[in-house]
Amino acid sequence: MQKRLKSRVGGFFFVLPSIIAVAIFVYGMIAYTLRISMSNRTSAYITNLGWAGLKNYTGLFHDTDFMHSFGNLLKFTIVFILGALLTGLIMSLLLEKGIKGEGLFRSFYLYPLAISFIAMGTVWRWLMSPNKDKEASGFNLILKSVHLGFLQNDWFTSSTGSMYAMALPAVWQVSGYVMALFLAGFRGIPDEMREAARVDGATEFQIYRQILFPQLSPTFLTVLIILGHISMKVFDLIVGISGKSYVTKVLSVYMWQVTFDATNFAKGSAIAIFLLLLIAIVVIPYLRYVNKSEEMK
Amino acid sequence: MSSSIADRVITNKDISRNRRKLGFKGTAWLIARYIGLIFLFGFAVLPIYVMVINSFKGITGVNQMNAFNIPTKLNFEAWPAAWAVLQVPMLRTLVFVLQSSIISAILGSINGYVIAKWRFKGSKLVFTLFLFGMFIPYQAIMIPLVQFNNRMGLGGSIYTLVLAHVVYGIPICTLIFRNYYAAIPDEIIEAARVDGASMVYIYRTIILPLSIPCFVVVLIWQFTSAWNDFLFAIFLTGGAPNLAVATTALNFLTGSGNQIYYGTNMTASLIVSIPTLLVYMFLGRYFLRGLLSGSLKG
Repeated sequence: MQKRLKSRVGGFFFVLPSIIAVAIFVYGMIAYTLRISMSNRTSAYITNLGWAGLKNYTGLFHDTDFMHSFGNLLKFTIVFILGALLTGLIMSLLLEKGIKGEGLFRSFYLYPLAISFIAMGTVWRWLMSPNKDKEASGFNLILKSVHLGFLQNDWFTSSTGSMYAMALPAVWQVSGYVMALFLAGFRGIPDEMREAARVDGATEFQIYRQILFPQLSPTFLTVLIILGHISMKVFDLIVGISGKSYVTKVLSVYMWQVTFDATNFAKGSAIAIFLLLLIAIVVIPYLRYVNKSEEMK
Repeated sequence: MSSSIADRVITNKDISRNRRKLGFKGTAWLIARYIGLIFLFGFAVLPIYVMVINSFKGITGVNQMNAFNIPTKLNFEAWPAAWAVLQVPMLRTLVFVLQSSIISAILGSINGYVIAKWRFKGSKLVFTLFLFGMFIPYQAIMIPLVQFNNRMGLGGSIYTLVLAHVVYGIPICTLIFRNYYAAIPDEIIEAARVDGASMVYIYRTIILPLSIPCFVVVLIWQFTSAWNDFLFAIFLTGGAPNLAVATTALNFLTGSGNQIYYGTNMTASLIVSIPTLLVYMFLGRYFLRGLLSGSLKG
């Protein structure tokens, strides 16, 4: 008993450095960001932390740039989540039963995750070039050559559709990840369940709808949470393709601009905390759900 | 646990059973599936195809209209031009990324071992609080972190990035190792303990030798994410040229109105992607394990 107790204390001792690091660098620094967001450090010349209450937050909602960035982020999130979910699901549906060449397809669906978006930005900027007709390049060139020229558009430089276009490279990058998650889900379901349903005369469509998909609901939840928090944090994708361009500005890019270029630390912090809250609303319930389902095991 | 999930994805499904006669409907379905797969394959490959072919068209040989075409003759002049800009930043990145990945892996292994096998009071809470750290937007810690670095005299040194990737890598590294160790039967540890082995001794003699695959997973994960990181790099180095890393140097090259030099830009992008692509090509299955461990459901 005494030995057990000793080792337990010993275990704590070994994790302690990480606990301290996380306590300071994650939670301490979030708290400090919160404090700055309630101060009047609106320029680099103000070094003391005067108290400004919630002024920086209320200011955000009257700031058209902020509202524009927030709106952009929401548009992007909806299209990105739906697009990636659908593409990844289709990839996994095409592969899950096994097919010749599976390994090749899988590897190529997944490789985009290994590349930085600062690097892919150059290519995507060209693929989504707004040049049309005689000067068409990228997707517009493809559309033109398959006689769908009327579909040519401004892509990420469009004043209305820029965020929907931006979702395309994002979908390109993560749909392989979604595929992997669904593939793991599908293959976790014993084949006997399908066989049994088939024997009972169920059609393939019914098997998916009534047997396989209900089993995958935890996977759907995981995918949604992962996509949601990737989307809220999107940064290098946007910067890699269109820099600080107004039409594609989202919260993380605006925060960068406010903090870095304008050195308005108070406002930058307020945006950061707002972003943190957006993510926390989704992630905290999910962490509790994961904890609970692990306890059940 | 997480490794078995990844294995489900990695292992090609046995299709020998499906080889019975397909019939008309079955053949039609199979063809439809291949059409879908090939279309998605094209979508996935297109950007890297454009990047690769245009890196052999010289510095200014790429224009808006010909970028889909295969080069008529190979021209390598963009490669040395891009490399000249990237050489120093890429070497700098390699050095700091190796340091941060190794430290992260060691910390992750220790934390994961204790949390999986030597639970202490509150260890579950600690783990959950770690996990939340994985999801936070780093903007929420960035301003204090920059101040901290400056006050500690780290400002203007590459160690700011080592510190950031180690500290903010603790959650994911701990998670991956914990899931891996959770799959090792408690009985092994119990038996060694009855024989009087200490926690450290069990770690050294039993756990560590079993951990090699997991170390590979975590090292690859940390390597890839630190190599590709732009957010920490741009905030913590302030874009200073003497601290440029792969991504910031590349962004400086390609981002600022240098649109005429498409050839160099695409080549530079390709060069920066090569290290992580190589890792993916040769150690893809470990990369996938890391990816799936990051999805929490062990």
